[in-house]
Amino acid sequence: MTVIKTSYNRRSFLKATAIAGGGMLLSFNWLAGCNIPQTKEKALEMPKEWFELNGFLKIGENGVVTIQSPNPEIGQNVKTSMPMIVAEELDVRWEDVVVEQAALNTGVFKRQLAGGSQSIRQGWKGLRMAGATAKHMLKQAAAKQWEVPVEEISAKDGILSHKSTNKSIGYGAIASAASQLPVPEKVTLKEVKDFGIIGTSRKNVDGKDIVTGKPLFGIDVQKEGMLIAMATHPPAFGMKLKSVEDAAAKAMPGIKDVFTIQLFNDDYARGFVDSTAHSELVVVVGNTTWEVMQAKKALKIEWKNSGEQTLTIKNFRGGTVNKKLPAALENSVVHLSQMKQIAASTAKEVRKDGNPAKAFKDAAKIIERSYSAPFLAHNCMEPMNFYANVTKDKAELIGPVQTPEFMEKTVAARLGMPLENIDIQMTRMGGGFGRRLYGHFLLEAALISQQANAPVKLVYTREDDMTHGVYRPAYYATYRAALDKDNNLIGFHVRAGGIPEGPLVANRFPAGAVDNYLAEDWSIDSNISIGAFRAPRSNFIAGAEQSFLDEIAEAMDKDPIAFRLELLKRSKEVPVGEKNDYDADRYAGVLELVRDKSDWGKESTKDLHHGVSAYFCHNTYIAQILDMATVDGKPKIEQVHCAVDCGIVVNPDAATNLTEGGIVDGIGHALYSGLTFKDGVPQQSNFNNYRLIRHSEAPEKIAVHFVKSNIDPTGLGEPPYPPIMGAVANALYRATGKRFYDQPFMGDKDVLG
Amino acid sequence: MATFDLTINGEKKQVDVDPKTPLLWVLRDHLNLVGTKYGCGIAACGACTVHIDGTAMRSCVFPISEVGDNTVTTIEGLSEKGDHPVQKAWLQHDVPQCGYCQAGQIMSASALLKDNPNPDDKAIDTAMNGNICRCGTYTRIKAAIKTAAKNS
Ligand code: FES
Ligand code: FES
Repeated sequence: MTVIKTSYNRRSFLKATAIAGGGMLLSFNWLAGCNIPQTKEKALEMPKEWFELNGFLKIGENGVVTIQSPNPEIGQNVKTSMPMIVAEELDVRWEDVVVEQAALNTGVFKRQLAGGSQSIRQGWKGLRMAGATAKHMLKQAAAKQWEVPVEEISAKDGILSHKSTNKSIGYGAIASAASQLPVPEKVTLKEVKDFGIIGTSRKNVDGKDIVTGKPLFGIDVQKEGMLIAMATHPPAFGMKLKSVEDAAAKAMPGIKDVFTIQLFNDDYARGFVDSTAHSELVVVVGNTTWEVMQAKKALKIEWKNSGEQTLTIKNFRGGTVNKKLPAALENSVVHLSQMKQIAASTAKEVRKDGNPAKAFKDAAKIIERSYSAPFLAHNCMEPMNFYANVTKDKAELIGPVQTPEFMEKTVAARLGMPLENIDIQMTRMGGGFGRRLYGHFLLEAALISQQANAPVKLVYTREDDMTHGVYRPAYYATYRAALDKDNNLIGFHVRAGGIPEGPLVANRFPAGAVDNYLAEDWSIDSNISIGAFRAPRSNFIAGAEQSFLDEIAEAMDKDPIAFRLELLKRSKEVPVGEKNDYDADRYAGVLELVRDKSDWGKESTKDLHHGVSAYFCHNTYIAQILDMATVDGKPKIEQVHCAVDCGIVVNPDAATNLTEGGIVDGIGHALYSGLTFKDGVPQQSNFNNYRLIRHSEAPEKIAVHFVKSNIDPTGLGEPPYPPIMGAVANALYRATGKRFYDQPFMGDKDVLG
Repeated sequence: MATFDLTINGEKKQVDVDPKTPLLWVLRDHLNLVGTKYGCGIAACGACTVHIDGTAMRSCVFPISEVGDNTVTTIEGLSEKGDHPVQKAWLQHDVPQCGYCQAGQIMSASALLKDNPNPDDKAIDTAMNGNICRCGTYTRIKAAIKTAAKNS
């Protein structure tokens, strides 16, 4: 039995209020309870935000339960899954639950951030606590009314009953009385085995609105008197505005104004959400989107080289650092040769176990392979946009952003307004993938509204969206393995880097499984702006590592799964080094599960080629086997088996959907996608020249298998995405006899069926 | 500017716009029918798919001047109660993730089923290849189309 405390140092995580007209409102903290500190020292570090009440649970007189979710929905289904957790502990019928996006106000809903696949993991205990507390208070109210001990009251499906007196009452009827009671100091959580909602599939609460085209997204916002704005940024990274000739544009029908905006003041220290390369933009404001688009094309703008730039960046300790951006107009061809060069020369040691130098010197055989991947644009299907209405003393901002709490500060600093006067409201987002962590478009909208003195909706064209920056970095990794004369793996070396940041995660597998291990990191400066992209770093390094392990297994003449399991066994029994960032048993567990569920190692009537891959990131373990057939001489992906260990699965069908999506997206990026540069200009600008995976290229079938587990749940937005790239490469090798090292594997070649 | 009389989702509408304005922006900006989405503006993603006289068309490149007497159906008008077999199948398979591409997917799928009530995989691939889903819901889309075919 798990009993949890609902307060800390006499400060409560919950608050009960009566609803005017009857019923009970329980305010709670969506994040609290994730780590109630055990020691006094730790308690001092407890963030204030945990006491802010940012979630609400309402029980109406009619028994309808309304759960307000403060988390933005970007497609990871939190708006359905998180309220399921509350409903479970509350013991109500899911049919009686209404889910609302919480009243949109960052003043109350601080610390809401959809990123890093953390929503479910961090919300788990706080949500359970809220449901359990409300239930307990309802029980207490009934106990009082019936004059029976509270322990004798049971709750089920929104009804409280007392067996020996044969009394029962619905939650709605007792809710007002419950709201008058003090919040209990401790509550008991349900046993996992007693779950009735968690672990069962519930449909997306917004499903009907989506399939009927209801206005849910930021780009759908329409307001009285609202103007449309579009912004033009420099065509190349490393360039800035020289002059604008706007007379023709201004004279066009429907155009209200043309002006430039400057995003940041010179002395402003940028935080991580302020990533953008272009701080001065030319803006067209007008009545309708089409008119503004036309006028934008009629602008005559001259650009000039921006030269070397220095940015002031906030560091983690609250100070600032200066970051130099090179002046060059960059080229992908040059990037690749620079990466090869640096990879062959110097790097920074991040982790070393044993004596790798000696292992490689003594080796009977050394395998060395290098892998690369290009910059990627996020390409959320809903282009960047934001609504802003900035008046003298107030800024109202509505739209799709993953980091409202941080952007509020950025806007306050730039507009010189107190934080309280800035109101950021979040809409459903047409994809995020990390892109909407960087809310420069929100600041742009605010500045445009201020200058135009009107409410505006800033909309990026697809071209603006794709060429504006904040990309996944370009990556390069070199792996080396040392085998002794008996074909044992005695040394492992990874040297990885990127432009402008590397993908290395030094403490992950196979660290801990090899006696002599060396991980090194390097990077090359660039003026191209980058940011997090679905499973940052892992999204490249997983595929590279898993392809390399496949080659080592082949050189050792071992089955690729058996080889990985041997390494995991070694790391469990006699781990090498410290801080190994994985649980070898759970890692092995997904590999075994996927092996057993698939055709791996079995006779098959079909001519299928299997590629395996497994990875652990963002707290979830994934193993995949991809089956490739050859149809008319071309490889075709028939099926993907995916084993997942994310602890307790809250909403299995939604979790399966998210896993399928990550797999399809990963296959697409590994095979087709890439953003290249010539003289600083992105060479792809829309879906005619930037290739994303399409319907016919998706696997015929995806089978997702969850590890049965009672461990607290972890996220799924990111983990299924990185490893599939390795599975694709390994299956391609078996299907074609050729190893693929450089993404996108297919480029423009229409090799796949 | 010119005046255009349109029949959209069975209703008569009149707009006064530049004749070159794509239907997409007339729907979104002038008629407040924002279910039809903007994704690329060059007929490369399918987010803006509508039916013009029952045929799936990309409204982002379809000038308003060419609509003429043809009837236009958008996601809002596909069914009165959101119970078109394709919409029902979409809910049954819980297809959407972020949901942004789905109006376009549903419009492409419903036009396909009208012409070809029992499409094989190849026909589905061909009809749906113009609709991008960055969230990667393609396998569910295919399954939902098959369910809708069975139930319509
Ligand atoms: S917006 Fe029309 S096809 Fe992309
Ligand atoms: S559901 Fe997000 S783009 Fe398709």
